[in-house]
Formats: sequence, C-alpha cells, structure tokens
Amino acid sequence: MTVVIIKYPAGNVQSVILALKRLGVHPLLSDQKEVIKSADKIILPGVGEAKSAMRYLRKKGLHEILPSLKQPILGICLGMQLLCNFSEENDTICLGVFDINVKKFNTFIYKVPQIGWNTLFNLKGKLFEEMGENPFQYFVHSYYVPNSLYTIACSRYTCIFSAALQKYNFYATQFHPEKSSFEGQKILKNFIKL
Amino acid sequence: MLTKRIIPCLDIKDGKTVKGIRFQHLKEAGDPVKLAMFYAKEGADELIFLDISATQENRKTLISLVHKIARYLYIPFTIGGGVTSLDDVERLLNAGADKISVNTEAFKRPQLLNELVERFGSQCIVLAIDIQIHKNEWWVYINGGRIKTSYKALDWAKEAVERGIGEILLTSMNNDGTKKGFSIGITRTFSEKLSIPIIASGGAGNMEDFYEVFKVGKADAALAASILHSEVISIRQIKNYLSSNKISIR
Repeated sequence: MTVVIIKYPAGNVQSVILALKRLGVHPLLSDQKEVIKSADKIILPGVGEAKSAMRYLRKKGLHEILPSLKQPILGICLGMQLLCNFSEENDTICLGVFDINVKKFNTFIYKVPQIGWNTLFNLKGKLFEEMGENPFQYFVHSYYVPNSLYTIACSRYTCIFSAALQKYNFYATQFHPEKSSFEGQKILKNFIKL
Repeated sequence: MLTKRIIPCLDIKDGKTVKGIRFQHLKEAGDPVKLAMFYAKEGADELIFLDISATQENRKTLISLVHKIARYLYIPFTIGGGVTSLDDVERLLNAGADKISVNTEAFKRPQLLNELVERFGSQCIVLAIDIQIHKNEWWVYINGGRIKTSYKALDWAKEAVERGIGEILLTSMNNDGTKKGFSIGITRTFSEKLSIPIIASGGAGNMEDFYEVFKVGKADAALAASILHSEVISIRQIKNYLSSNKISIR
C-alpha cells in the first residue's frame, strides 16, 4: 500500500511521516500529480498559513487534482481548513470539498491560538472505531470550521466546532492525531485501514 | 474542555540532559530520549528541551538529537536555546520539532519575530521571557538572565504579541530553583492582559504550587523541572491532585 503525504511548505510534515513509521507504514512525500493520483491513501498535513499553502498547491496544479480524488484522503489541521470553501485567514479561497467556510476564533474572552489537549464528542464513523467516547486530542489553531452536516466529531472552545469532517472519501481532523499519544495513533491507524 | 498543561523541561548540553541525571531506574542516565519517553508515559502534555550548549558543533549534535526525539516521542515538543535565525528554526522544525522558543535574539532584533511568524506560523513560535523584580517592577533579562534590560516585562510581551507570536514562556528568575512556588501575580497579569497562552515557569516545589498557578495565576500551562527531575513527585501525582481539586487536566 502506498501512502503519499502531500509536500508543501508546512511545519509538521516530518511529524506525520514519523507517526506513520511508528505504525509500520513508510509514506512517500510528494507534490507530483501522478504520484498523488496513484496513491492508495493521501494525507494533506499542515501547520502554516492558508494563503501561502493554497498558492503552493495552485502552482503545482494540485488544486484541481485534490478535489477529484477517489481514494481516502485525510486533511490535518490547516489541511482540513484547505479542504473547505474559504478561510478567513487572509481571505483565502480554498479547495471547496467541504461546502463550508473557515472562521477565526473570537479573541474577546478566549486565548487564541487554542493550544493543548481538548476532548472530542459526538464521534461518528470509521475514523473513530474502537475508541472511547471522549478521547483527548492535541489542538493548535486560531481558525475553526463551524459544525455542519459533514461534522463527524465535535469539540468545544469559544463555541462548539468541528473537530473532524467527512464527505465520501474525504476525511479531515482539526487536531493533530500524529501528536496525540496513543489515541491519536489509533485514529491514524483507522485511516490507514479504510 | 481545553485542559491545563504540565510541561517538563529538560536542559540539554552536548546532547545529554544536565538536569534529571539522577534518574536511577533509567538505564542511561542523561539520555534525553529515555527521559522524554518516561515523562510522556507519565502523562506529560508537552515537553520543552532547552539547549545550553554554546558552540556551533554542539548545534549539530542538537539537530541529530531532535531527529531522535521526534522519532520516538508521540506528544508535541519545543526546542529552545541559542536560536538566532530563520535557518536555525527551519533546521529544527525539519528535524521534527513542533515549536521553537526564542529569547535574547528576538529581544535584540524584534523584527525576527515577524519574520518567523510569517514563515512558520504563530503556532510554532514561543517567546521565552526571563524576568526579575526590581523596585516593584518586573524587568526583562536577556543572555540567560545575565543582562538586565530597560524593558518592563509586560511592555515587551505586548509588543511580541502584536508581532504575532503564539505563546509566552514566562520565567520568574526570583522564583526559579527556589521550590517556593510560582510567581503568581505577574503570571496572572500576563494571562489577563495578553490574548495568547501563558506557560508559567520557575519555582514549582509541590502539588499545591501547580494548583495555585492555574487557579489564581490563570496560567494555561506550567513548566516543571527540578521537582520532577529529583523524583520528589510524579506528573501523575500532580495531575491526580489537580483533578481532585477541579482543575481540568488530561
């Protein structure tokens, strides 16, 4: 099985590679259309800024390829936000897989970014198979995806928001499973098993 | 609910831990990876490694250590100490670090913070501020606490937040190493006046100190070094105590 991690200027690409290796999976890192198209599983990671990430994906022609893929694809953190329609982060038009817009957390009372371990609830689907009802996952983000019909896990910070999304073969998590101890490893394992 | 974080801090010199060398049950005392894994299993929420080596050669040792830590550790970790440029940060992030802490160089050249944030994002830039009280005011100290500046702590912090940093690691030099508790007042001031998370550091001596820095000091995270390294108390014990006192922890 080939797992391809999409290469783009994002801080935590290395963390995702290492987490997969701990599961015995040796992923390829690529930004080449043909390599991505022929993969069995694809991961779109990301810690970074939306506009420059989208600029890079467009330059590589990946903005057309990614939404049309049929194999399981997992967006992580910024990767999840890029799969939405539009992000308030520097008013960025994104990939449009999930028909919803990314918003900025209200900084009035809460610290932004949200940094740390938060619980998930209302888990649905195969990504969370054989997990407890309220696992802890590690979050680092200033922008969030509101709840929608795609939401398969919720979390709460300034409001209840989407901790994970799914539409057909597209999966996405706002948290970092690659950094979330054994519970996070299980989510990655569930994705690999899809 | 977002939980309060307990963050063990490991001082690194020439690729070895220099505090925490008393760990009798770890086969290789001074091995940062073994100690890190031990803390992760105990329930540490993140880890911070501060490199106190001075020479360029030791920086290479640090990079290979970061590689090794990243290979085994399944929770986030921050690297700090001697970071002076975008290239430094890029190398450390590529080696697998999640966040980078900057201190003296950012104070000397604040524009560095904007450059780091623009290139790598707010979420991975931690500003470490060492402070000391003098005539009822908290002042910023640099160069590992050796040089007093003419900046008040909160003024520098506010400027850095405007430049986009993601978190502040606030170390009270008056409390550091005393085991007499965190500096609650200034931690609370920082937490109330700034819009980003504050990691309190310096002075933890018992479980009650953690309760106080979260409850009264309103810290988002607390650093623990000697209290853990001397094996007086474990992370699990601290967390059980906090949880029974209704502080939300993992």
